[in-house]
Amino acid sequence: MREPPLSNCERRFLLRAVREGKRLDGRQCYDYRNVRISFGPDRGCCVVELGRTRWVLGQVSCELVPPKPNRATEGILFFNLELSPMAAPGFEPGRQSELLVKLNRLIERCLRNSKCIDTESLCVVAGEKVWQIRVDLHLLNHDGNIIDAASIAAIVALCHFRRPDVSVQGEEVTVYSPEERDPVPLSIHHMPICISFAFFQQGTYLLVDPSEREERVMDGLLVIAMNKHREICTIQSSGGIMLLKDQVLRCSKITAVKVAEITELIQKALENDQKVRKEGGKFGFAESIPNQKITAFKMESAAVDTNNVEEQAEEIITKADPPSEVFATPILHTPGTAQIGEGIESSWGDLEESEREEEGESDAAAFECQRMETEDTSTISKAKDEPIVLSDSEEEEVVILEPQEVPNKTRTQTTLKQENTSKKAFNKRRRKKRAAR
Amino acid sequence: MEAGGAAMATAGCCLRPFSCEQGLLSRPDGSAAFVQGDTSVLAGLYGPAEVRGSKESPERATLEVLLRPKVGLPGVGERSREQLLRQTCEAVVLGALHPRTAITLVLQVLSDAGSLLSCCLNAACMGLLDAGLPLSSLFCGVTCALDAQGAIVLDPTTRQEQEARAVLTFAIDSTERKVLMATTRGSCSVEEMQQCLAAAQRAADTIFQFYRDSARRRYSKS
Repeated sequence: MREPPLSNCERRFLLRAVREGKRLDGRQCYDYRNVRISFGPDRGCCVVELGRTRWVLGQVSCELVPPKPNRATEGILFFNLELSPMAAPGFEPGRQSELLVKLNRLIERCLRNSKCIDTESLCVVAGEKVWQIRVDLHLLNHDGNIIDAASIAAIVALCHFRRPDVSVQGEEVTVYSPEERDPVPLSIHHMPICISFAFFQQGTYLLVDPSEREERVMDGLLVIAMNKHREICTIQSSGGIMLLKDQVLRCSKITAVKVAEITELIQKALENDQKVRKEGGKFGFAESIPNQKITAFKMESAAVDTNNVEEQAEEIITKADPPSEVFATPILHTPGTAQIGEGIESSWGDLEESEREEEGESDAAAFECQRMETEDTSTISKAKDEPIVLSDSEEEEVVILEPQEVPNKTRTQTTLKQENTSKKAFNKRRRKKRAAR
Repeated sequence: MEAGGAAMATAGCCLRPFSCEQGLLSRPDGSAAFVQGDTSVLAGLYGPAEVRGSKESPERATLEVLLRPKVGLPGVGERSREQLLRQTCEAVVLGALHPRTAITLVLQVLSDAGSLLSCCLNAACMGLLDAGLPLSSLFCGVTCALDAQGAIVLDPTTRQEQEARAVLTFAIDSTERKVLMATTRGSCSVEEMQQCLAAAQRAADTIFQFYRDSARRRYSKS
């Protein structure tokens, strides 16, 4: 499926609106969309919505693996961002590689290189077993600014996740299940969050948190990843725009403000979820579906009456036809060759005695072919030197099995006969043969 | 059979709480999130849309189903579920009304706590409804598990599925409660399968009532 192209009309309209300081959804230039975070029933699963409809699903999982040889005492962090085909019509499985690589690399730099997770604490036995933390992010709806939403989802999922507790006694490593010992949170130093800025007209106009339409007409993008302590973790400028120093500084100041707000929101969401889980209340995606929306509907647990199920089933079984007989006796011709079924009798029109004999021979010789092909006795065996006159009919197919000694006379007779016999029965079998091929 | 019959007549069959939200994604033509207990699946649909040359069919729309797990890359299990879903949807969608087009259904597993395939079927049906595609009937998915004693458990959780002797999933259509798709894992006798099917047909009544109520709610303010 192709992404519908952006018309010139729309492009001009958007650029003109930006120049006048207006945005399509009514925001100001520096306004961020609403962030909504909901958690799933498993630990480490969260869904982040940026604005009305942007979604990223994040899931964290862990397993014990041998460490990398040059970093024997550190755990492994693995990030995988996927653009789901439902996010935009242009995303197809296995197609959108350039954007995907760029996003993956940015998320990795933002979270791994900034050392926000203490990888030393993920080591269990130095040089042998470390925890590999895998973060899977799925983009479900693309309405602009994938990077910000993905970074928020990743850090929220990492903060929400609990890994199993381990104890090491000498050489023995015991991993406790969640029932035996409470799982342990990951040690996270700080929370880096990316903020994107879109630039228009060679850097004159700037918009924070571009929507999808704005992204398509922008000149360049600047992404700054910062944590709440005002430390810049990653900066990336793409699109080839040339920015002045004070523009970059202005953007970083805006970033600091936004990151503080978002970090506070994340903390609140994590606390709420923790409280609900501790009190034993209901949590999970079912709770995040709002009650008041008209497009949402909930139903409580419903009992199903299965009282007369056995009688109903018995009735059906007694009324049913008996199953057809199944022949399952294979005939073993030679080691490695078996035949199931004999095939039906040839139902061609009148045939002369000699041809019937020939057919009999080729039947016996043709057991290596498939069962259906044994019915097609349109075999014309080839002697070594003599050319064979085949009929002009294009429909005739020739199967040459084994060189056989057959007198000339009979051969030409068969070709003539094959032309003359009714083509209908012949065609039926030939169609079967074509299907078999 | 008689002793087993007594054990089977328990009223322990009940479906977990359902909830559904339609039209929650802005880009796809139709979308629905279906939650059964703790299992939730999000379906997004694009179509009828342009199709690339080789897949084009001159008589009907080409239906493609993609199922994405939450962790890791899609494997063989996902592929087989995609085929089952595709066959069920093709039986129901009136593809002849949209020839030479493609309908793409993408399903994302949000959480898996048992009965995943039936949740995918339900989400797919609600997604098709939301997209407004012409359907000959609705369908729903019901999973039954047979435990060691032979008792039927409807809509099993992950633990019940693991301990069960056989797990059967049926796709049932809404007009005459006929079976559109059936898949089983494990071994069960013919009588047990017929009993599970009868139980699934009863459960389908509840699910179709849920569909009806949610559609009624959605269009109540028009």
